[in-house]
Amino acid sequence: MTGLLNMTGIVKEFPGVRALDGVDLDVRAGEVHCLLGQNGAGKSTLIRVLTGAHQPDAGMIRINDEPVQLNSPTAAIQRGIAAIYQELDLVPELTVAENIFLGHEPSRYGFSRTHEANTKARAILQGLGHAEIPVHRTVGSLPAAGQQVVSMARALSREARLIVMDEPSAVLDPEEVSNLFRVIRSLTDSGVAVVYISHRLEEIREIGDRVTVLKDGATVATGLDARRTPTKELIQLMTGRSIEYVFPPRNEVPDTAPVVLEVVDLSRPGEFAGIGFGVRAGEILGLAGLVGSGRSEVLETVYGARRAATGFVRVNGAVLRPGRVQDAVKAGVGLAPEERKSQALLLDEAVFKNITVSTLGRFASSGFLNNRAEREAAGKLALALDVRPPGVDHPVRNLSGGNQQKVVLARWLLRDCRVLLLDEPTRGVDVGARSEIYALIRELASNGVAIVLVSSEVPEVLGLSDRVVVLREGRAVHTGPAQEIDEHQVLDLVMEGSA
Amino acid sequence: MSEDIATEEDGTTPSKQDTVTQPARPRSSRDLLRSGFGRNLGLVVALVLLCVVGVATAGDTFATGANVLTILRLAAVIGVVSVGMTFVITGGGIDLSVGAMVALASVWATTLATQQLAADYHWVFMVTTALVVGAACGLVNGLLVAYGKIVPFVATLAMLASARGLAEIISDRKTQIITVNSFTDFFGGSLIGVPVLIWIFLLVAAAGWVLLNRTTFGRRTFAVGGNAEAARLAGIKVQRHTVALYVLAGLCCGIAAVMLMARTTTGSSTHGQLYELDAIAAVVIGGTLLSGGRGTIGGTVFGVLIFTTLNNVFTLNNLSISAQSVAKGAIIVIAVLLQQRLARRSTGS
Repeated sequence: MTGLLNMTGIVKEFPGVRALDGVDLDVRAGEVHCLLGQNGAGKSTLIRVLTGAHQPDAGMIRINDEPVQLNSPTAAIQRGIAAIYQELDLVPELTVAENIFLGHEPSRYGFSRTHEANTKARAILQGLGHAEIPVHRTVGSLPAAGQQVVSMARALSREARLIVMDEPSAVLDPEEVSNLFRVIRSLTDSGVAVVYISHRLEEIREIGDRVTVLKDGATVATGLDARRTPTKELIQLMTGRSIEYVFPPRNEVPDTAPVVLEVVDLSRPGEFAGIGFGVRAGEILGLAGLVGSGRSEVLETVYGARRAATGFVRVNGAVLRPGRVQDAVKAGVGLAPEERKSQALLLDEAVFKNITVSTLGRFASSGFLNNRAEREAAGKLALALDVRPPGVDHPVRNLSGGNQQKVVLARWLLRDCRVLLLDEPTRGVDVGARSEIYALIRELASNGVAIVLVSSEVPEVLGLSDRVVVLREGRAVHTGPAQEIDEHQVLDLVMEGSA
Repeated sequence: MSEDIATEEDGTTPSKQDTVTQPARPRSSRDLLRSGFGRNLGLVVALVLLCVVGVATAGDTFATGANVLTILRLAAVIGVVSVGMTFVITGGGIDLSVGAMVALASVWATTLATQQLAADYHWVFMVTTALVVGAACGLVNGLLVAYGKIVPFVATLAMLASARGLAEIISDRKTQIITVNSFTDFFGGSLIGVPVLIWIFLLVAAAGWVLLNRTTFGRRTFAVGGNAEAARLAGIKVQRHTVALYVLAGLCCGIAAVMLMARTTTGSSTHGQLYELDAIAAVVIGGTLLSGGRGTIGGTVFGVLIFTTLNNVFTLNNLSISAQSVAKGAIIVIAVLLQQRLARRSTGS
């Protein structure tokens, strides 16, 4: 293994923020180098420097011992650096093949050679173990996992020597992840280096060779052995304190507690069928399943964001009209959706405006808003949920994932929700903040809220829920108390038949 | 139950609570730049510069009270249209039909029948007709966009064509002269030395500012324009709100039609030519994002004043309309470039 990339003393400043304050990173050819750090530690900025999207204010980048300046994404690509971003940068209207070769389309005399592009694209996808993806489908019509594969194929089509993967597993289910790892191994075998970013320590153990830990924009440790370094040590380095996922203790839900949310025989053709469950006040019900098993679809249908074909939803005994979000909101149902940024937040608006957006009527008399009352009410909640940085006037965009999630929760708390639907509440939330979110969710339940939780992380569903419904291909295959089932049994249930 | 959590915290940490209950006031220079005043600072500077140029090149005629009133009178009509446009654009849409709606409203409000009614009873009938016609066109726009799922550009383009066509049919392409003296007397007159038209502009701008910044309607407009999906999932009636925004724009066109009728004492199917472009230009250089979610009435007003003053300075210097257009284009580009810089700086981290 030889040194491929060497970054030393990288500094990057934005107005008011020193995002990178002396980062060192060295990556060898053929290794999987993991980058660890909490949200806001500077990982994304570092990646942007590496891919030429940002110019560093100080520091040195060497590739194969040769100092280089990566002053544009094109320059980085020419040096063999490619990146797969967390938010995929694909053009939804173009086909799979067109996306893969975007910017370097096979052509002759300026005419594009569609056939050649399709053939080449097919070959690359086959190499990735995804020959089933049709190269002339538009990317927008593919599921998230498929888009991820296309994004990776694009990196490969550039004959990259170093591929940066920013949380590639966030949108993948376990089977897809093992497939991803297989691809990564075949890449590193051929000498390609991979910089791998993930919040999941167990993945880093499985795929990583060495680890670099970032904290507050600086490298705090580098070259750690990915397999042997104890978890405690890694977390200590990232946070400065040692913690692991802590699930709050469950509280007994008496059989006499009223069933607040009833879902009866809910179906949507092609998505899920015959889903039924009840959630009592104070209870947390977990929905487990693979990506594509219908978890999120069920949740959105309960909320009325999708219209149920058959079946109905009752809240406190009253039936909600299907496909009416306003009905659900009026009945006291709140949704923290999977895609926080695109489905829940007004990113450029202040924290308090995001919190009060569902309760505006309460702060208005004959249509006129009382800003002071809004700020006060939102401020109390932000304080109670420990939203950082404190204060309610920052735009939500500047908050970390965990704090953005708290803002979404605060919105529904303000409404005195009786039913809370949480879709991937800890997606993109760093390790330190996760336990906080868990405790918060449990506290909500203790206060009598009925909660439905969807998560792709099985330990999270099992650790947090009172009861679990396991979904496979749109059907409930198991319902029972969370304590009576373990992770392996759940995985067996969801994979059975699909393997 | 949110109260439970909140009060529990309050009890244990009263000192922290104090810091929150006092709303944060922008104090530092950076906060000031982000506040409404600061964002319009560039526009104020531009307007002052224009005035300096005006004084330097045509001092004796430019810097007179009469000329200032002329500028304001000319700004008033397009200003009212631009206020409505600000709402539509902030809400994530666009309205290309404003000029055509002004024409149709002016024609309908000056037909022989309407004028007869106004002569017999009161000029209010003419005003009401203009407002109703404007609002009705806006309603059609809104329904097409919100429920017909037609992109705003196309829906309002269709309205642009058909509203002006309808105006031509009704008027038979003839200019309709207003004979109702009470109407022209009132709207052509002055109040405390300031023409009524300018008062209307001020009133509409002030009402627009309050509506956008101080009401639930305004807040929802930002939400719908900034992230329609998030707004829907937060329980906002996005479709109904969209309709309301286009009705509002139509209503503003009705008001503008009344003002234009008073200024020209006519109703005509050629009124309001290219108003859509002037209004969009004023809104955009005022700092409202064309993609929605961010908008300022103050900026729009400055945008209108800048363009009108520019026209005035050029006219006083006997420069051609073509030269004005070139300058106008340059100003739009410079303003948008500056805006992008500022936007990048605010989201750069």
